[in-house]
Amino acid sequence: MISLRGVTKTYPDASSPAVASLTLEVLGGEIVALVGPSGCGKTTVLKMINRLVEPTSGQIEVNGVSVREGQPHLLRRSIGYVIQQVGLFPHWTVRRNIGTVPELLGWPPERTSERTLELARLVGLDESLLDRYPAALSGGQQQRVGVARALAADPPVLLMDEPFGAVDPIVRHRLQDELLRLQRRLKKTIVFVTHDIEEAIKLGDRIVILNVGGILEQQGSPAEILSRPAGRFVKDFIGRERNLGRLALRKVSEMPVKWGPVVEVSTTPAEARRAAVDEGTDWVGLLSDGLLTGWVPVSELDGVDSLRRCSPRPFDGAVRRGSSVRRAVDAMVASRHQVAVVTEDGHYCGLVDMPMVNRALGGHPRT
Amino acid sequence: MVGFLNWDWVARNWPAILERTWEHIFLTAVAVAVGALVAMGLSLAALRRRRWYGPITSATNILYTIPSLALFAFLVPFTGLSTLTSEIGLVSYTLLIIVRNTVAGVDGVPQEVRESADGMGFEPARRFWKAEFPLALPVIMAGIRIAAVTTVGLVTITSILGQGGLGYFILAGFRTFFWTQIIIGTVGSVLLAVAIDVGLLRLERLFTPWIRRAAA
Repeated sequence: MISLRGVTKTYPDASSPAVASLTLEVLGGEIVALVGPSGCGKTTVLKMINRLVEPTSGQIEVNGVSVREGQPHLLRRSIGYVIQQVGLFPHWTVRRNIGTVPELLGWPPERTSERTLELARLVGLDESLLDRYPAALSGGQQQRVGVARALAADPPVLLMDEPFGAVDPIVRHRLQDELLRLQRRLKKTIVFVTHDIEEAIKLGDRIVILNVGGILEQQGSPAEILSRPAGRFVKDFIGRERNLGRLALRKVSEMPVKWGPVVEVSTTPAEARRAAVDEGTDWVGLLSDGLLTGWVPVSELDGVDSLRRCSPRPFDGAVRRGSSVRRAVDAMVASRHQVAVVTEDGHYCGLVDMPMVNRALGGHPRT
Repeated sequence: MVGFLNWDWVARNWPAILERTWEHIFLTAVAVAVGALVAMGLSLAALRRRRWYGPITSATNILYTIPSLALFAFLVPFTGLSTLTSEIGLVSYTLLIIVRNTVAGVDGVPQEVRESADGMGFEPARRFWKAEFPLALPVIMAGIRIAAVTTVGLVTITSILGQGGLGYFILAGFRTFFWTQIIIGTVGSVLLAVAIDVGLLRLERLFTPWIRRAAA
């Protein structure tokens, strides 16, 4: 879908190239994460694909056609582009921002406005925000608009330059999850630049690790990179992320869960207390027809004739079966109970704790 | 001050005061409009070719530093005691401030807006007119407002050319030490400057709705 052959870029005043003879193939429908320290030329690589930067030598093709054919601005209209600072037009409403490329392409207004609504829904943007100006939106909302704008004319290729780098970690995780969800549906060819190996592991079907000076150190699937780092640089770069990275690669659904001290509200308080004693906890989780309603401290079970009279608190650490084990560990650390409860559409599936994660990882071949 | 004023004179000369006020507004409006257009052309040239920015600001700066009386005296042999003479002088004083603000305003447009405009596929001209210019508008308008207020004051000096709007009364009052005329001319000119400044501010807000909403 995108191919770079022997691409070199030397900036006018630089003594050494920013990108050195890079050859890279991006297949249709995959996310390739370009990752490396600052100065590794990853942004330059991205900008050469849509000709915001012209290579000194080498060839770049998108969909079998050299990017040098035709005018740059026409090429760019056919490639989605998302940057870290978002770069929305402050003087245009969110609606018009999303419709930027359709407007350039001369779509009839009705078609643009239909598409805008569709995209707002797709990226989870409330319709009431469409007539606001970007300054009225939070960082996360602005980046959603940025993604919607890039997708507006349904380009097959999306270039993303640290798109979630400027938002806080919680929002970042959510936006990453949403990108993956979108990608399952849209199957775009995405080149994603990041300096964060964790983000690369999470999002990339393939990871390309660049060293300073645009030298390709290794490319491969996240599992390959984590299990067989090629050389000192890659080993150092993934460094402390290596084990955490393995957690990120495994899903909660792949490991056993246990039921734990969790009962239906229809059971008696005495049975609930017994469940807590059996598990050695000072709390019980409550379900209502299988739906997790929250937890109550055992001390509150005294003198209560029905569990329905208790007022359950929400769990801090809930994850879904499709979440990574890494998320579950995050949830455990954040949670008062040191467990992560696993739910699917609100239905309780079980819980995991740290010893279980250790056992699950222990069963994993050491690398 | 009310005691100073010869209200009889004011009443008798009311039509003349109105007429001079209109003349004042007309001289100012033409000067600022022509000045803004010329400055816009100079700014576009300076933005396109950075090395022209220095010479353009130097030239407009020199115009700005010439004492107004001297400039008018210098022009009279060529263009006579005419509106043209007044306007050439008045326009030349507006250029520096508008050129500076226009270039500074466009320079102040966030880099990421430029990058995303390019990345979306804007041609250079479209990027300028659809993104950079509207975003620079508040700074450009600030320059135009200062230019307009300055021009209102300068118009009074063109009274030596037989024009001058309300400046006519100031000059006439000086000749005879008739305070009522001087005060009418001065206060009228000040009020006009304030009114024009407020009017332009309103206009700016109308053209830049995104700024108010962001602040709200």
